Amino acid sequence: MAPGRAEMSAQDPMLPQVSHLQQRQQENHNTFSFVCPSPLPAFAPGQFSMLYVFGVGEVPISISGSPLQPELQTFTVREVGQVTRALARLPEGTALGLRGPYGSAWPLDQARGQDLLIVAGGLGLAPVRPVIYSVLAERERYGRVWLLHGNRHPRELFYKAELEQWAAESQLDLRLIVDSADRSWRGQVGVITDLLRELADDRDFAPERSLAMICGPELMMHFSALRLLEMGLTPARIFVSLERNMQCALGFCGHCQYGPHFICKDGPVFAWPDVAGLLALKEV
Amino acid sequence: MAVSREQIQTQRYLKDLDPRFLDVLLGCADEIYCEAGDCLFQLGGKAEAFYLLKQGVIALEIHSAQRGTITIQTLRSGDLVGWSWLFPPHKWHFDAHVLETAELIRFDARAFLAACEADHEMGYQMQQRFARIMLDRLQFTRLQLLDIYGTGPR
Repeated sequence: MAPGRAEMSAQDPMLPQVSHLQQRQQENHNTFSFVCPSPLPAFAPGQFSMLYVFGVGEVPISISGSPLQPELQTFTVREVGQVTRALARLPEGTALGLRGPYGSAWPLDQARGQDLLIVAGGLGLAPVRPVIYSVLAERERYGRVWLLHGNRHPRELFYKAELEQWAAESQLDLRLIVDSADRSWRGQVGVITDLLRELADDRDFAPERSLAMICGPELMMHFSALRLLEMGLTPARIFVSLERNMQCALGFCGHCQYGPHFICKDGPVFAWPDVAGLLALKEV
Repeated sequence: MAVSREQIQTQRYLKDLDPRFLDVLLGCADEIYCEAGDCLFQLGGKAEAFYLLKQGVIALEIHSAQRGTITIQTLRSGDLVGWSWLFPPHKWHFDAHVLETAELIRFDARAFLAACEADHEMGYQMQQRFARIMLDRLQFTRLQLLDIYGTGPR
């Protein structure tokens, strides 16, 4: 008997499984979120899936929902290329192909019992949101938790209701900053390293018991990591999530090769010592 | 109200300042309060003071006919405000708008510059510290200019 589709997928990791786009929500002018009932195994915070828009192509997207709901995969996507623009125009109910979950995860085991510093820039908030859900679900197992989030402008902030909720519930210390704003914005204006400088003055901040997870544009991660090192964190306590052109997601095609690493299978989450030397190299 | 040593020497850029120089700073200092909505200083105005923000929030702003009032940076507790007093023509480059009621220590810049002229060791020490502030702000500004989150219209 010919194998069924699920059996074929288990045998062939390149074969997507069919799900459907649901609960589409516009987050800002070019960013939207949606949910897919997951035919895939449970994911760990930091992992990504390959999304196939039939007839258009496949893209790697970080899973941004709660790992406590493995029956769903949530994605937050910015329209930047052919596939994501096509994805943005799909109505709810449209069939999508899913493969995954792939890649390394944020080191939550290592973070337990420690103070946790989550540093997210722009769309980098999406891949760390599963960390936040996980931490809040067992809040007593962590020390102080800071979420430092930078974005371009107040109107580009997303997950606004959740940000407000997290701040109101005081389960984590949320600090927001935007690059520029008009007078209607009552929060901070500056860059994310401003927030780190402020944190360095915080009496509760202890680098020897803090672990940092940084996610965002590469320059932002680079400068944030350098600032954290100045603040006394050891390199092994800093983790970043990198992004490259991932196509097979299995370490076969080589498109996402980054020095000795394949981002898709060795990453996307790396300890700082594994990539610090590569970030400064133009040739990589 | 008299300003205490502790209020000054806990500031991140003024830590470990020689006690003699701290005394000079104290001699130039007084406390002021500003309500939300006040303007601490205005672009083009005479820069005759600098400030240590003890409490509150201050926005550095600039106005553009096309984009209205743009906040380029907010300053919070522990921040030093202003360096236009250091160099001629001693005029402010931005507006400083008080967003949340602010308690500040104001330093008389002219008196302090005169003291630095009289004691070049102190002048050097203070220039070093203000150069550090400017370096930090320059790095922050470069990151803002890189527009690292940008993909669409601002």
